[in-house]
Amino acid sequence: MNSPFFILAALTIFGASAAMTLRNMVHCTLALSICFIGIAGLYLNLGAQFLGLAQVLVYVGAVVILIVFAILLTRSGELPSPRPSRAVYGIIVAAPTFGILAWAMLTGATVPVQPQAHIDQIGRVMMHHYLLPLEIVGLLLTAALIGAVVIAMEEKQSTK
Amino acid sequence: MTQAVDQVFVTLKHSAVFHSPTELQPAVSILLSIVPVLVVFPSLFAVTTILERKGLARIQNRYGPNRVGPFGFLQPLADGLKSLTKEDIVPASADKLVHFLAPLLLVMTAFLEYSILPIGRNMIVADLDSGVVFFFAVSAAMELSIFMAGWSSRNKYSLLGAMRAVAQMISYEAPLILSSVCVIMAAGSLSTVQIVEKQAGYSGIWPHWYVLTPWGFGGFALFMIAATAESNRSPFDLPEGESEIIAGYFTEYSGFKFALFFLGEYLGMFAITGLGITLFLGGWAAPFSFLTWVPSWIWFFAKLLVLIGVFIWIRGTLPRLRMDQLMNFAWKFMLPMALVVILSAGIWRFMPAGVLRWLVCAAPILAGYLFIGRILSGGQGLEKRIYRFAE
Amino acid sequence: MNPLTACLLLSALLFSIGLGGALSRRSAILVLIGIELMLNAANLNFIAFWRFGPHPENLTGILFVIFSIAIAAAEAAVGLALILAVYRHFKTSDLSRLNSMKG
Repeated sequence: MNSPFFILAALTIFGASAAMTLRNMVHCTLALSICFIGIAGLYLNLGAQFLGLAQVLVYVGAVVILIVFAILLTRSGELPSPRPSRAVYGIIVAAPTFGILAWAMLTGATVPVQPQAHIDQIGRVMMHHYLLPLEIVGLLLTAALIGAVVIAMEEKQSTK
Repeated sequence: MTQAVDQVFVTLKHSAVFHSPTELQPAVSILLSIVPVLVVFPSLFAVTTILERKGLARIQNRYGPNRVGPFGFLQPLADGLKSLTKEDIVPASADKLVHFLAPLLLVMTAFLEYSILPIGRNMIVADLDSGVVFFFAVSAAMELSIFMAGWSSRNKYSLLGAMRAVAQMISYEAPLILSSVCVIMAAGSLSTVQIVEKQAGYSGIWPHWYVLTPWGFGGFALFMIAATAESNRSPFDLPEGESEIIAGYFTEYSGFKFALFFLGEYLGMFAITGLGITLFLGGWAAPFSFLTWVPSWIWFFAKLLVLIGVFIWIRGTLPRLRMDQLMNFAWKFMLPMALVVILSAGIWRFMPAGVLRWLVCAAPILAGYLFIGRILSGGQGLEKRIYRFAE
Repeated sequence: MNPLTACLLLSALLFSIGLGGALSRRSAILVLIGIELMLNAANLNFIAFWRFGPHPENLTGILFVIFSIAIAAAEAAVGLALILAVYRHFKTSDLSRLNSMKG
């Protein structure tokens, strides 16, 4: 494995752990965007160029901004630090999960190959084999758009 | 001869790389691609500031800067020196690290956007397979830096300005991307170099630019309006509405950091204009077949300067919008129009060339424009307009 | 270490961080961030299997991740809208204080 991979991996893990441990929620979100950029870099490193750029576009450009809006609208900037007992529960569940996954991976074996995903190939496959899923995703996104607007809309005072 | 002049920078770079030691060659090549971008576009920024101040002054019937140098043309130099020597004030309650990082991130992302713009034949920093997506991904990071600036200042005006800016940029990103989708469909590629190549060639003296098709014209108009909003230019400059929220998200910045914001904003504007040129105006191609002897890089910068002139003209002409007008315009007019333009581009792709194709493709755009415009203007469409003045 | 194992270990670590965070933080928004991290870990796995597995020319991993990103965006939008609705009702987004089902 090359050295860019390890740098990006370190960046991703740093961003992820900062996002889950910092006290200030906006700092958490900024750390989350570092983590997403790291993952996008990993995609680029693995030869999935379009996906890496789409990752930045969707996650940093939309999801992180949405989270920022939610933080400011719910006025939850500064938080009390998590109680130690809760953090312990988290670690108690997370550490064995990592252990089991790592054990499963280290006992497997694979064959490395060198593929490249060009954008026209992706487009062709998406329009031929995956046309129905594509349409369903479009429907889902429309439904989610309308649903989000309806849920987040102000409740009418007259209903009381 | 014309070939040599056209490729002079490419040849210079190749010879410089060729004469450097072997182990340094990749580094020299990268450096020689990046440094011109870092030099040329900030100089263009200096030229633009003086043009803008002079032009706006003429539109507003005054002189503009005329004290430093001949006709005041050294004003940008004086401004630069002033901002370099000014004290850098950071508010006591500010989030120091984020406050420091925000202007740097803004300028960095603005420079990254130039890496996929072909500014001449064979003159591009990185020809990516999905270059247009790269551009939009990087400009998404720009929104984040604006939010960082506004939030870390701990000032309500900064925060208000940042939230306005982010909401506006997100809303106008949808029509911006959708209006470039029609070009991507027509060119069948996301690489900026290939998009420019697809627009090469002339019929008679007229070029094959996408802006000279009905859907291309509609797409270009939508793209430039969205680009104006995306770079927070007037009439969409609510995020820095001086009369309401002082200076928006960079209220709490002074000295060189303020200059960096200014620089980042203009660099973003040049970059998005450059993308518009690449997508719709044939990139570095000459506008008429008998002008192809002029070097390609001159055409790119000529087109850029003309569009910047249009931006300055618009700024001097139109008043600032209100927030609800801004949002309504983005979601109720721009978005449906962008979808209609995509439909028209699809029809264009599958019809034989001729007058009929022109009519069939122009019809949905015109109909959509009239229909949506009629609905948005609330039925007061065609009768005589009534002006109301303050007593 | 072989490259696939490195990728999978990284994504397992990312998943565990997301899981630990989602279980231990009290703010609903931070729980959502943890879920996003876990989703991203899964996506990274798909890309790693596409890159180093047999038949990369089918692009199955890439397509799966594209759909997954689209669905994650929808999920984030709806999730944050729900958090806003809950905040408007209870005046808090602290999960340990949302303990009554009757409004």
